[in-house]
Amino acid sequence: MTLLTIDWLLVLEKLILIVVIILASLGIALYTTFAERKVAGILQDRPGPNRAGPFGLLQPFADGLKLIMKEEIIPNTSNKILFVLGPALAMTAALMTCAVVPWGDKVEVFGRTVKLQIADINVGILYVFAVVSLGVYGIMIGGWASNNKFSLMAALRGASQAISYELAMGISLIALLMTTGTLQLGEIVKQQQAPGHLWNIAYQPLGFLIFLVCAFAECNRTPFDLPEAENELNFGYHQEYSSMKLGFYLFAEYVNMFISSAIMATLFFGGYDIPFFDEAAHASMGNWLAVLGVISLMIKVVIFIFFFMWVRWTIPRFRYDQLMNLGWKSLLPLALANMLITGAVILWLHK
Amino acid sequence: MSATQILFWILSVVALFSAIMVLLSKNPVHSVLWLIAVFFSISGHYILLNAQFLAIVNMIVYAGAIMVLFLFVVMLMNLNKETEPQKNLWLKLAGVVSGGCLLMILVSLIRQASEVTNKQVLLKDGNIGLIKNLGKALFSDYVVPFEISSVLFLSAMIGAVVIGKKN
Repeated sequence: MTLLTIDWLLVLEKLILIVVIILASLGIALYTTFAERKVAGILQDRPGPNRAGPFGLLQPFADGLKLIMKEEIIPNTSNKILFVLGPALAMTAALMTCAVVPWGDKVEVFGRTVKLQIADINVGILYVFAVVSLGVYGIMIGGWASNNKFSLMAALRGASQAISYELAMGISLIALLMTTGTLQLGEIVKQQQAPGHLWNIAYQPLGFLIFLVCAFAECNRTPFDLPEAENELNFGYHQEYSSMKLGFYLFAEYVNMFISSAIMATLFFGGYDIPFFDEAAHASMGNWLAVLGVISLMIKVVIFIFFFMWVRWTIPRFRYDQLMNLGWKSLLPLALANMLITGAVILWLHK
Repeated sequence: MSATQILFWILSVVALFSAIMVLLSKNPVHSVLWLIAVFFSISGHYILLNAQFLAIVNMIVYAGAIMVLFLFVVMLMNLNKETEPQKNLWLKLAGVVSGGCLLMILVSLIRQASEVTNKQVLLKDGNIGLIKNLGKALFSDYVVPFEISSVLFLSAMIGAVVIGKKN
């Protein structure tokens, strides 16, 4: 089946994979909103949402329905196309990263070997980095098109925060790349899976810490949620938004949280590697091994998401100057030192 | 037509259309956004040439960092039609003539250059754009120019700090 010299079965396979992964990301993000409210409830000693369905399990759907049913308001003076483009860009940038995350090992379907990863490209980590740096546009365009001073201020804050923390994030990744020697995410997971090789967190603890803090900042999560600081900026960059456009902005944050958890698990915690279990010795399990791997990755992701929430309901918001000081005066020098030390150690070990 | 060719035509049309829109948009913010679209389509061209590293770095550096700063400045300056200075007609004419001259020189150069004419472009099979080969070339054959350009960047950085310290 070749037309235009394209393998259409491969296209179909990838299309199914893309649809499944995007729907799964959205579904997990949907229930993350519910989990967030439950975790907040537990941390504040109250039950949390418990009215819609058993244990309040239908709450996310009730929230979504409420957002969709609300009136769509586009401010009269705003730039209409860009006003709609803002949330769309935020959502697209949030979902684009899941293309390079290896969600699991290969599975056999109807005699075809299918990799549980949309694209294992050569420059995987750089791709993640490029998409992260595009996430700023959703905030900036939305804030500017709202034609509201508070929105614009919040958008500028958000953009400068993202730019500042991207630097430390990139440099902490360079140190990781020095130890792995590859940019391919699939390859990085394979290396961590190999017997006798520890997870990357053991080789790059400081790099992981810097990456974690920067991930919080890039996701606009507390303690770095200055772009939506309601006591200073009313509601931040999405103040003029209503209905599902607001929903997209709020939702993009949860998708970002899920994807960055998956990236952290992949880079530093072995991805779909099952701890204390030799995958190579159990190759006869076939597809079930891949399923177990996916479950293992998901457990790691859920732990990270819980950590995100735990921090949100524990640590208060930073002031703007504290945020900039932390980014430029603490994290950036630390990341640089980490990179230099890693490079020196690698050179020394090779001799 | 192969798939690569179709992609090439789509990307070229998008790139040229966005580039024209950069010039034609009245609103500077729209111009910046169209310019971002240009960078994306050019990144697509790089991917067609199998220069993945170049494509991604083009996206990170230009679309991700430089254009964000452009957008930053344009948004803060609050440029609109009323504040736009009316330019003299002769100045406009001079601009058209000099721009046309530049275009003519570029086109004639490309038409005459023996290095580009009658040469097949390496599509998707060329490996020089992959990060491993690029790194080896940069750090062995071209290490001196590479280091010199790093000195250039350092001096630019120091210059920025000096300008920032003045106030």
